[in-house]
Amino acid sequence: MLSPGTTVQADPPAPVVRLPRRRGIEFTLIAVAVLLSVYGYCEVGLARTGSVPPGAAGYGAGLGVLALLAHLAVRLRAPCADPLLLPIAVLLNGLGLVLIYRLDLETPADRAAPTQLVWSTLGVGLFIAVVVLLRDHRVLQRYTYVSVVAALVLLALPILFPAVNGARIWIRVAGFSIQPGEFAKVMLALFFAGCLAANRNALAYTGRRVWLLQLPTGRVLGPVLAVWLLSVGVLVLERDLGTSLLFFGLFVILLYVATGRTGWIAVGLLLAACGAFAVGWLEPHVHSRVEDWLHPFASIEAGRGPNQLAQCLFAFAAGGFLGTGLGAGHSILIGFAVKSDFILATAGEELGLAGLCAIFLLYGLLVERGLRAGLTVRDPFGRLLAVGLASIVALQVFVIAGGVTGLIPLTGMAMPFLAQGGSSVVTNWIIVALLIRLSDSARGRSEEEPEPQPQPEPERQGHGPYGGKAAP
Amino acid sequence: MTRYIRHTAAFCALLLLALLVNAARVQIVRAGEYAGNPANRRHLIARYGQPRGDILVGGRAVTGSRDSGEPFRYERTYREGPLYAPVTGFASQVYGTALLEDAADGILSGTDPALSPLPLYNDLTRARDPGGHVVTTLHAGAQRAAYAGLGGRRGAVAALEPSTGRILALVSTPSYDPGELSGTGAEVAGAWARLNGAADRPMLNRAVRQTYPPGSTFKVVTAAAALDSGVVRDVDEPTRSPDPYRLPGSSTRLTNEVVGCADASLRYAFQWSCNTVFAGLGVRVGPDAMRTTADAFGFNDRKLGIPFRVSPSTFDAPVDEAQLALSSIGQYNTRATPLQMAMVAAAVANQGAVRTPHLVERMTTGDGDTVSAAGRRTLRQAMNPATAVRLRELMTDVVEKGTGTNAAVPGATVGGKSGTAQHGIHNSGTPYAWFISWAQADDAMEPAVAVAVVVEDAAADRGDISGGGDAAPVARAVMEAVLDR
Repeated sequence: MLSPGTTVQADPPAPVVRLPRRRGIEFTLIAVAVLLSVYGYCEVGLARTGSVPPGAAGYGAGLGVLALLAHLAVRLRAPCADPLLLPIAVLLNGLGLVLIYRLDLETPADRAAPTQLVWSTLGVGLFIAVVVLLRDHRVLQRYTYVSVVAALVLLALPILFPAVNGARIWIRVAGFSIQPGEFAKVMLALFFAGCLAANRNALAYTGRRVWLLQLPTGRVLGPVLAVWLLSVGVLVLERDLGTSLLFFGLFVILLYVATGRTGWIAVGLLLAACGAFAVGWLEPHVHSRVEDWLHPFASIEAGRGPNQLAQCLFAFAAGGFLGTGLGAGHSILIGFAVKSDFILATAGEELGLAGLCAIFLLYGLLVERGLRAGLTVRDPFGRLLAVGLASIVALQVFVIAGGVTGLIPLTGMAMPFLAQGGSSVVTNWIIVALLIRLSDSARGRSEEEPEPQPQPEPERQGHGPYGGKAAP
Repeated sequence: MTRYIRHTAAFCALLLLALLVNAARVQIVRAGEYAGNPANRRHLIARYGQPRGDILVGGRAVTGSRDSGEPFRYERTYREGPLYAPVTGFASQVYGTALLEDAADGILSGTDPALSPLPLYNDLTRARDPGGHVVTTLHAGAQRAAYAGLGGRRGAVAALEPSTGRILALVSTPSYDPGELSGTGAEVAGAWARLNGAADRPMLNRAVRQTYPPGSTFKVVTAAAALDSGVVRDVDEPTRSPDPYRLPGSSTRLTNEVVGCADASLRYAFQWSCNTVFAGLGVRVGPDAMRTTADAFGFNDRKLGIPFRVSPSTFDAPVDEAQLALSSIGQYNTRATPLQMAMVAAAVANQGAVRTPHLVERMTTGDGDTVSAAGRRTLRQAMNPATAVRLRELMTDVVEKGTGTNAAVPGATVGGKSGTAQHGIHNSGTPYAWFISWAQADDAMEPAVAVAVVVEDAAADRGDISGGGDAAPVARAVMEAVLDR
């Protein structure tokens, strides 16, 4: 592997003035995040049984060791990375484990927290692996087309497996269920970023002009459009509408950032509106979700009792401003998927509006830090990748949080780090690892050495089969 | 590209803002509406999350709570449920609450603000006060005596302390065990269906929720009206009453079960229950004065609660004199609850004053600190004190040598009045046997108890049914229990 970044030492003697590294701040924040999580864990036990749960020390030690290892990896291999990214991830993951543990107490037959801890460990392991092994994010651009093939295969795999709860998005291997679509998110972001970075100028300045819109040539836009259509088509087959919405949003955002053409936003919104209307009208599964959103209490009035959305709203309302306190709420009334899609309702009921806003702001900060990395990193691929990864988090949070709070129709999705779901937690750790890598090169490396490729114009990069031929 | 990334950041900030605003909308603005939705089970889970306070009779709890281990954690239990069911009612997790369980629900379930010394602090910590207790005025012995006295028969007993209005006994038979309705299981639904469908209506509180024609016991009211209005000035003067008595404006002739009622004195007519005399007196008193006196005893009072609602007893003041004549002997539209007739007896015993009947002595917090106590309240003066003295005499005569000898209690002065009420189409139903009475121990300053008994389906032949035969022994048992004889 001979990428330009491999020659860089992790911590060379500093010849020039650098941005402060702030690894100490990161360490302090991580300690705070771990302590907060352990406090929440103890609080659940105190509220439920009046005693500190027996596993508190083990839980604290486990989370602490994981966080410490991640921190060491960052300190050694990405010393200039943004110091906020890792603490936020640790806090959200720790809080998620507390909430799942808390809900496990209501369902003694179905304990999800231990499994989630195993997946979190795996996620942190992969985080460390990415931070340590991936010396330079630009390497990834080579795998633009490998990743799209992998993404499509992963997306298509669940079709071969039976549907679970109406959606064909899981595969079951040896007792573990995996949601390949989660991993596909990262790969698709890689593909979009790589492809658009390579053809950026072509997209922006070539092709015919139709009315207000500058259309790029089919050769440039074709593959991207095809991949997007294919993945959305597969997702519609699998009835995973949340993810198809996410892919669509990701595509439109990256296209906009790459080309700067507001027209793409307009076209995107128009297409989204048409698509949403058509699907909402034709697909009964989605149609009922829209109906639920418009009339969350219709089932109560019809005498069938509250549906999940109504129970969700009840839970949020019961939380009020300060919440009932961890362990003292009744969000278990939501029933099925309370630990995954609806985990936010437990947070809202037991931590209140104050806690919910804090969680939203944590996500907001995570996204903002990701976009900031996108602003400061030099190469277009890195910029697009950072924006893509941050947008995945932002869109995902908005779609599921908006869904469970009744802002938009509900689509099943995992709250990043918070919700039960191994594939999701692993994927999100990888996303954070990539953002760490990107922010490290944005904040540190650019100061330490000259750009390996001083002219990052897409036409001259020559990566990928279309890279060199994009010019008219 | 920088510019477009900034736009993306702005877009993400917009999404975040939408989430925050919407969260505030759901959790603050619309929270009350969602919390109040009947399908939201949280208030029920909280309500049943702690033991309910107890209802006490004679210092001993007749209720309890059981930890069921289910989401609705604590279920109500009852000691001697059927005996106290007409007082406690039920507290069901499915079917709500009734009677005292309903009227004192705030105290018992711990939601009453009076239980909180620091309400704001509770709002902040979301703590609930433990359930308070309700101390009743019931006399356990009287209650038991009444229940045993009625036995398997359909009927009711209400007993009062005349000077205070404290309710000493409130019994309705057949009864039911309210504990059967406590939980949420299928057996609860089964019990509910069975109890509601039963022909003898065990869940009907006959003492306060069922009105009967009071029959001859109403003659106490008519006598009071006749004496108060001056229609009768001397209880030993002849009343110039014919026998049989032709109802005014009709050809129907009213007769008596006994002889000697023609032109009888009020004393004789009261002692032997002459229908003809009292029908005539009612007509001579007139509809307005009759209605005024009946109202003063508590008839037509739609607001009476003890604290749970008591069905209003009714005395219409018809313009038609034939109807007034029948109403005056407790027939036609005159209807009374057993509690109302106990109030009539209590008014005679208490110098003509009717005290508001009440069942709750005081309510306390879970620790026993009094939250509220019943005061001694005068309802109204039903008759002149002088009239009350004369009626005491007449009622005492009934027990000593009239139709009520079965109610005599040794060592006490007892006054009573029997009644046999016709009902049904053309009076075809089995008559109701009534007895109302009061008792004063010979060494006591004031009467200790007034009681009303009604027996719906006395097992005797129709002709033999009389208040004196079927109801008076039950009244005596209750009076003996209160007098501790």
